[in-house]
Amino acid sequence: MISSGSEVAVELRGITKQFGSVLANAGVDLRVEPGTIQGLIGENGAGKSTAMKILYGLYRPDSGHILIRGQPQVWSSPRDAIAQGIGMVHQHFMLAGPYSALDNIILGAEGEGRGGRERRGSRVEGRGQPSGAMRREGAPDPRPPTLVRAWGILGRKHARERLEALAAQYRLSVDWEAPIEQLPVGIQQRVEILKLLYHRADVLILDEPTAVLTPQETNDLFANLKKLRDEGKTIIFVTHKLKEVMAFTDRVTVFRGGSVVGEALTSQTSPQELADLMVGRKVVLNVQAPPTQATGKAALEVEALVVSGTRGATHRVSNVTFSVRSGEIVGIAGVEGNGQSELLQALLHPREPQCRKAGRISITGMDVTQMTAREIRNLGVSLIPEDRLHEGLLPEWPLRDNFLLGLQHSAAFNRAGFICSSNLQAAAAKAVNEYDVRPANLALSAGNLSGGNQQKLIVAREFERRPKLLIAAQPTRGVDVGATEFIHRRIIKARDEGAGVLLVSSELEEIMALSDRILVMYEGRIAGEFAKGNFSESLLGLRMGGG
Amino acid sequence: MAMISQLLASTLRLSTPLIFAAMGGMLSERSGVINIALEGLMLMGALGAAVGTVATHSPWLGLLIGMGAGLAMAFIYALLVIPFRANQIVAGMAINMLALGLTPFLCKMLYGVTGSTPQISYPEQFHSAPLYLAWIVVGLCWYLMKFTPAGLWLGFAGEHPEALEAAGIPANRIRWLAVLASGVLAGAGGATLSTFLSSSFARNMAAGRGFMALAALIFGKWRPIPAALACVLFGFADAAQIQLQGVKFRGAEVPVQFIQILPYLVTILVLAGFVGRARAPKALGKHFSTANERE
Ligand SMILES: Nc1ncnc2c1ncn2[C@@H]1O[C@H](COP(=O)(O)OP(=O)(O)OP(=O)(O)O)[C@@H](O)[C@H]1O
Ligand SMILES: [Mg+2]
Repeated sequence: MISSGSEVAVELRGITKQFGSVLANAGVDLRVEPGTIQGLIGENGAGKSTAMKILYGLYRPDSGHILIRGQPQVWSSPRDAIAQGIGMVHQHFMLAGPYSALDNIILGAEGEGRGGRERRGSRVEGRGQPSGAMRREGAPDPRPPTLVRAWGILGRKHARERLEALAAQYRLSVDWEAPIEQLPVGIQQRVEILKLLYHRADVLILDEPTAVLTPQETNDLFANLKKLRDEGKTIIFVTHKLKEVMAFTDRVTVFRGGSVVGEALTSQTSPQELADLMVGRKVVLNVQAPPTQATGKAALEVEALVVSGTRGATHRVSNVTFSVRSGEIVGIAGVEGNGQSELLQALLHPREPQCRKAGRISITGMDVTQMTAREIRNLGVSLIPEDRLHEGLLPEWPLRDNFLLGLQHSAAFNRAGFICSSNLQAAAAKAVNEYDVRPANLALSAGNLSGGNQQKLIVAREFERRPKLLIAAQPTRGVDVGATEFIHRRIIKARDEGAGVLLVSSELEEIMALSDRILVMYEGRIAGEFAKGNFSESLLGLRMGGG
Repeated sequence: MAMISQLLASTLRLSTPLIFAAMGGMLSERSGVINIALEGLMLMGALGAAVGTVATHSPWLGLLIGMGAGLAMAFIYALLVIPFRANQIVAGMAINMLALGLTPFLCKMLYGVTGSTPQISYPEQFHSAPLYLAWIVVGLCWYLMKFTPAGLWLGFAGEHPEALEAAGIPANRIRWLAVLASGVLAGAGGATLSTFLSSSFARNMAAGRGFMALAALIFGKWRPIPAALACVLFGFADAAQIQLQGVKFRGAEVPVQFIQILPYLVTILVLAGFVGRARAPKALGKHFSTANERE
């Protein structure tokens, strides 16, 4: 470190940011010491992502200061932040599908591969920056994109050499030439991390990096983060999983309502304390469902279901048979990618041959194999989809219309082909309040909600249908602890009101707490079935790994 | 034999304006801006080049002026769709109609006749230079998209502008440059219509070639070389159409209007047959605003 004895890698002072009527950050103060892993937790919409985007230069704060190694900074774009060694992995990955992993990594740092040659002695062009002298050894090119740079050559060969060295160092190998869209999410995550390392970031911001990872991938990620920390890098990571905070961070900061409400050494706090601080009330961290009182007729029956793989070679789902009775919660556990997504697609689109090759599916006693998605939904099926942005919401449309989605034919809102907007307005307003979607502004487009609030909106809509069969896939992914508790209670309530619930989740704790019965999926088959009380985490884990 | 080589030569000549326009369209669409305005940009280029050549007696200066005219029109288009966020199809059509009306009007102002410019004498016309130039442009575009940072940024602007922005490069600035460049190239394509393929500007001289270039671009999956080859296919249809004029079928002459349909028919067939399989840039037609602007 050249910087003179300063103890703070990153500091935010009184950062304020307003979006329309929403005060996303209201005076955020945050200090992160170099060479530590700092956890950032807080409710959905508490302003964590906003604060991090400000630190990364994507948003300009309305007021407040950013200090890097003690030096005040004014950033006009992420380029300035990158030049100061800040790197960020976003909540939604910033990767372009048809481009290769390599191109995605070198974007914005073209020419970096050629070692240090052109980098020294370059000017810092941002406004109000104190001096170039503070720049660290090995920092990336701080110059803005110039014509010369743009028309130069990409230098993929050099880039690749440097990347291969990095990949070997951190055991993060990737198929460099493969288009990003063909790589699984875990690998895409790797590409994002490599991007930061390639850009020579030494403050790494990760916004909910583990939301889409399998437990194994999560462990690998954290092993690497620890290694990076031990090399002196500073890591800030945002998460909703208190277990990860406890296991992997050195310090933790709690956000609520746009400001920091608490900070602690991880070793001196507990998950319960953090959760209560986050939500501002006592939270039940793990809602345990009491055993079901009464189970009725079968709500869902699946018989010998086969889903073929994309290339037809292996079956994604082979010969799966199970049923869900009304009044019970059946959990499907398994590491992601073992056929759960394909099973869900088959349930919703049984007519499509690529979704269902063979097998019978009936819902509330009716054979649905020749029905359209709409007919199936009309049987009283509610769905919380895995991929909420693509399958659950119209991100550019307002909350009100998103609430209507799938209910547009229902008698409540449809008068002779016209949408009865006063009914809709009233019902949507009531649901948004009851399910605590924030901000409760029906005219806001759904894409502007924070991730967890998008999920609450979907939950509100789907539960308001009073389902006979509820299919919930990863219902609490990206959702804060308070909302998780709420959603879990709702699922139990739906069951107690007689719905059959199929719960698909990669969170073992969630499955174990809620399910009356658990099925474990492994490589497209049901690898085990357990009744309530007959399972333990280790047993399930064993089955999930194919044991 | 002579007929075949004549057909081939004519194919190459007739594909020249399409190639320029398709490369312009490529730049714009790969950056995420739909460019249905190519037709209008070509018209402006055709008029600009004719006027320029008549005034300066040099087709090269004429070409430059034609490119400038395309650039000016593209500036209006970019202004409408980037900062003002107009619908790109509607604004594109508006540009086409504007060009369709503006060009005869300018002719009238300049020369007192609606719809055409004075003839350009033979030595002042282009003879083969634009044909080579077109392929040089194709090569440059290919190189740009494949090997330069600028090409990578352009592609990201159309594929995932947020990612480009997060990498510190302003996506809308890239789009601006791409649309302006497409005006220059479509203008050059138009210039070849009035100074290379004929000897004056005539009303509605582009006659759908802007749309054909767009079709070639889609057929070529938004990639420079396949798009240029698709232009050659359309050029061939055009050349064949000219050769076939006057052909007799069972003793009667086929009406020329039927034969003239050929290139358009090929365009429709190609689009109907292949478009479904092509994958457009993901953010094509979507406005992008940085978080700071969005508030
Ligand atoms: N671009 C935007 N336009 C309008 N409002 C926004 C925008 N970005 C964020 N907000 C609002 O600002 C608030 C804070 O959002 P932010 O994304 O920072 O929350 P978060 O703490 O990251 O939540 P989550 O845990 O759900 O990701 C939310 O109420 C959100 O709706
Ligand atoms: Mg967030």
